[in-house]
Amino acid sequence: MFSFVVRRLMVAVPTLLILVILSFVLMYAAPGGPFNSERPLPPEVLANIEAKYGLDQPFWKRITDYIWGVVAHFDFGPSFKFKDRSVNDIIAQGFPVTLTYGFWSFVLATVVGVTLGTAAAIKQNSWLDYLAVGFSVGAQVLPNFVMAPILLLVFTLWLGWLPGGGWNGGEWPYLIMPVIALSTSYMASIARIMRSSMLEVLNTNFIRTAQAKGIPMRRVILRHAMKPAILPLLSYLGPAFVGMITGSVVIDAFFSTGGIGTFFVNSAFSRDYSVMMGITILVGTLTILFNLVVDILYAWIDPKIRY
Amino acid sequence: MTFRSTLMATTAAVLTIAGGTAFADGHATHPVTGEVLAADQTFTYRDLDESPSIDPGMVEDAAGGDIVRDLFEGLLNQDADGNIVPGVASSYEVSDDLMTYTFTLRDAKWSNGDPVLASDFIYAWRRAASPELASPYSWYMELMAVENVSEVIAGDMPTDALGISAPDDKTVVVKITQPLPYFPQMLTHYTTFPVPEKVVEELGSEWTKPGNMVSNGAYVLTEHVPQEKLVRERNPMYWDNENTIIEKVVSLVINDEDTALTRYLAGELDRTEVPAGQFPALQAEYPEDVMSVPYACSYYYTINLSDTANPALLDVNVRQALSLAVDRDIIVHNVLAGGQKPAYTFTHWATAGFETPETPMVSMTQAERNAKAVELMEAAGYGSDNPLSLDLIYNSSSAHESVAVAISQMWKQTLGVETTLGNEEWQVFLETRGNQDYQVARAGWCADYNEASTFLDLMQSESGYNDAKYANAEYDALMAEAKTSDNPQAAYTAAEQLIAQDVPIIPIYHYAADKMLRHNVKGWPYNNFQQNWYARDLYIVAD
Amino acid sequence: MFPNRTTVEDIENAAALAEVQGRSLWASARARFMRNKAAVVSLIVLILVAAFALFGGFFAQWERDFVDFSLMGRNAHLGVPSFETGHYFGTDNSGRDLFARTVQGTGISLMVGIVGAMVAVLVGTLYGATAGYFGGRVDGIMMRIVDVLMSIPFMFVLILMLVIFGRSILMLFIGIGLISWLDMARIARGQTLTIKNKEFVEVAVATGVHPLRIILRHIIPNLLGIVVVYATLLVPNMIIFESFISFLGLGVQEPNTSLGALISEGAGTMQYGTLWQLLFPLFFFVLTIFAFFFVGDGLRDALDPKDR
Repeated sequence: MFSFVVRRLMVAVPTLLILVILSFVLMYAAPGGPFNSERPLPPEVLANIEAKYGLDQPFWKRITDYIWGVVAHFDFGPSFKFKDRSVNDIIAQGFPVTLTYGFWSFVLATVVGVTLGTAAAIKQNSWLDYLAVGFSVGAQVLPNFVMAPILLLVFTLWLGWLPGGGWNGGEWPYLIMPVIALSTSYMASIARIMRSSMLEVLNTNFIRTAQAKGIPMRRVILRHAMKPAILPLLSYLGPAFVGMITGSVVIDAFFSTGGIGTFFVNSAFSRDYSVMMGITILVGTLTILFNLVVDILYAWIDPKIRY
Repeated sequence: MTFRSTLMATTAAVLTIAGGTAFADGHATHPVTGEVLAADQTFTYRDLDESPSIDPGMVEDAAGGDIVRDLFEGLLNQDADGNIVPGVASSYEVSDDLMTYTFTLRDAKWSNGDPVLASDFIYAWRRAASPELASPYSWYMELMAVENVSEVIAGDMPTDALGISAPDDKTVVVKITQPLPYFPQMLTHYTTFPVPEKVVEELGSEWTKPGNMVSNGAYVLTEHVPQEKLVRERNPMYWDNENTIIEKVVSLVINDEDTALTRYLAGELDRTEVPAGQFPALQAEYPEDVMSVPYACSYYYTINLSDTANPALLDVNVRQALSLAVDRDIIVHNVLAGGQKPAYTFTHWATAGFETPETPMVSMTQAERNAKAVELMEAAGYGSDNPLSLDLIYNSSSAHESVAVAISQMWKQTLGVETTLGNEEWQVFLETRGNQDYQVARAGWCADYNEASTFLDLMQSESGYNDAKYANAEYDALMAEAKTSDNPQAAYTAAEQLIAQDVPIIPIYHYAADKMLRHNVKGWPYNNFQQNWYARDLYIVAD
Repeated sequence: MFPNRTTVEDIENAAALAEVQGRSLWASARARFMRNKAAVVSLIVLILVAAFALFGGFFAQWERDFVDFSLMGRNAHLGVPSFETGHYFGTDNSGRDLFARTVQGTGISLMVGIVGAMVAVLVGTLYGATAGYFGGRVDGIMMRIVDVLMSIPFMFVLILMLVIFGRSILMLFIGIGLISWLDMARIARGQTLTIKNKEFVEVAVATGVHPLRIILRHIIPNLLGIVVVYATLLVPNMIIFESFISFLGLGVQEPNTSLGALISEGAGTMQYGTLWQLLFPLFFFVLTIFAFFFVGDGLRDALDPKDR
């Protein structure tokens, strides 16, 4: 196991390098540059700006300078759009925000989803099954750019219970609506994956054996069925994480939470290369790490899997 | 005690009790109007997006300008009607040839106690024009025609060659290369604001963070969370501080305007934008809280006249027909419904000193315009058997989409034109339009200063902003004449008539600033054409 | 697996049945599907929705891009659904007939969902199963490629593609499908890792069956359960993803529309008294997704080999 982890980590480095180069090339190829503005800049001004950000240098120099800056100094460079801030500033500010509400919404979605999925599997095809599945699908079906304004109308305007947006350092009244709006996108998927995999597990012989031995259903589920049933859910974690980042765009747009999602999308639109790159590397690193953790968990839960 | 001292003591006692009572209630009154002020003097408003910068030399957007106008102060300011009033400069003189301006500075201080000196202005101007800073607004200095500015920007001359100098600590002398009647107006613009030299040199780009920033305006920056909020609070060192009433200004970044309206109605904001088409309903429900005032921008469609044009559009009859068939009243009353006015000229009707000429289209009814449009189209050879097809692009926004959908339908219903709509995201849109890679594109132009040439200069053949690539020597001659004439209106009228005749652009409407503004916020500069507002001019009355 | 009574009987009967015309596996799957009432109802619903999308245009009294200027913007609240005016579903914020727009939107959303999901399933399953089966370095490299691709900001790729190749519906399908196969590959690979350790796979390897045949005949049918369930999760996700893209302004171009775009517009005007603009497209959206879900579940129950 240890050597496996080390091997994977060592593979991760060239992977990240490829990722950086690939993203750089893509951004280069996209039309539009970071300094287009409604009033096209006079050529002298544009020349100054490009010199300042090193955009007039050859491609090879730019990419090697950039990689060196990241590797040696953890410096992702200045933002092209936000003239006063560096990419490090932006990420340092936005990422904890996204991570916080992303984490809580995933917890919420998992707890609710696993519960509903298990309940539905146990009482398959009963009213409980349909209700549980129906509720979670209903929650997912509502896209979060519909759910967010509805939440706002209900909780901020009509009831006046919750503040309409902002982050305020993550105090809990500001967390509630973003977490609800984001978690509903995953609840149904988790419930359904749980339901179907739990159904499969419950039909296996070793569960039947356990039931035949007279073990109470609750213990059967928690002690015996849960572990194998959770496996497919682990595969879902990776994509769910990336989905969380992109889904957070909507959350940030409606609740002004200042997370990484809105910077992510806006930097693509404004061709803010350095912010794009910084976030790409961040997401890439985390995805790779995440998937590694998932693989390790997979091996731990199912001893038959060997790499 | 003598009678006199008793009197003084009594007076003092009475005043103290009276004043104390007022403060004990927590309700002060406005020194001039006597209205009772609210206890909480915090003004909270919405911004659409985070500004790219709040460094005065680098600001490039209107929202950033609003922030910088509260934090810093330039030589001159604007009052509620848009007229020039003294800022850091208590007075100024102009030379006889109108090319040298001498400003006398008052005793003002930075928020850290340092005095505001002429050298701060010199430093700021040189910095804004310097190639190192590469400010996206350095072209404004060129617009001001400061001596040697183009060479400094291009790096051909050192920054100290710029036509600004400080003979002593309290005097600033600016030399410009041609007389500009609107030059003082241009000094209210943020790129000309001073910056604290020592702080900037020491901290570099970190100087704009709260806690580091030193400013000379009515407020200092106390909190800044990008994409969330920015808070500025009273600067006790400001020279006019005792007249500042608002204690705290908060700007919240809310991308979606419907969400912003919801939060406004929930009481979280004092000012927000009105979503397109909702103005009449909101006006009916909250008549005291809505405002709609003319705002210095024009909305138009630009037509590509270069070699990459759609050949059909090179026929002026076709362009005329397209312009005639646009029912601007519907756009203004049905689609936008925010107090905008239809545009038959390029220059905004409310621009200072401008009289909107009566171009041929103005006096026709829409039915007449439609009939003429059909006639022109048929003369050009297009009709129901040979429909014209064209591409119309606009940048992503629901308001632009509504207008484009409406106009393309008007063209279809009246002229049978098949329009392909293209919704492009901003950067791509700018590139496409800037490279003349389009047929018809949406455009908007806002005034840099309150005078008609800020619009009309665009259509000159040499203008870098002339996306239509309109080239008319007569037009260029008119604009050159206007610069030096005593009464430029004649030249402007002729220029507008040329535009109406050649139709390089289709003017659609003139902007209005329509907002929700709580009725207890007073002092708003409704008549300021560029909607330059200063928080220190505002105050909040008790409900 | 302990031989139980059913299995033994099956083996006995199998030989006897060999010459007799037996029921194919798909036929028995179909029978199982038909027994699931919810699935059958949902299938009918889906067919009806598809019919609505295909033929609804004939019932529309208005062209779908015709703008009624008296019902735009400030007067949008007058565009109430009614039979007399022919605006069965009312009008949208630009004064266009919502019925005709919903018909078109449903069609495009269905196409996006189905085509996107199909691309994802086909490409992703094969890729993931191959990676999981071969394991070792092949698996490592293939999955690293997936990781790299997953880490590329998809928004950017999509913008790039939409700009270079022009904004067309086809481009949207391809773009969405190409991005979503990555999830499927991960899941397929994960399941393959579990399946390949089962006895029947060991047997196949031992008897020298070609790896491609093993993948196609043994591994993939056993993946089908999870793949089908995830595929029917994919269709609504594709539709939601497309609506997210429309929300960002990159989706189908005017005057074309999709359910996602309609819902996005409707959600924005919710508070101005024009609820029908949200409710009608949302109704079709919800209906379609619920139907896909029940059908997917029915398919899973029908196809799962373990139930045999």
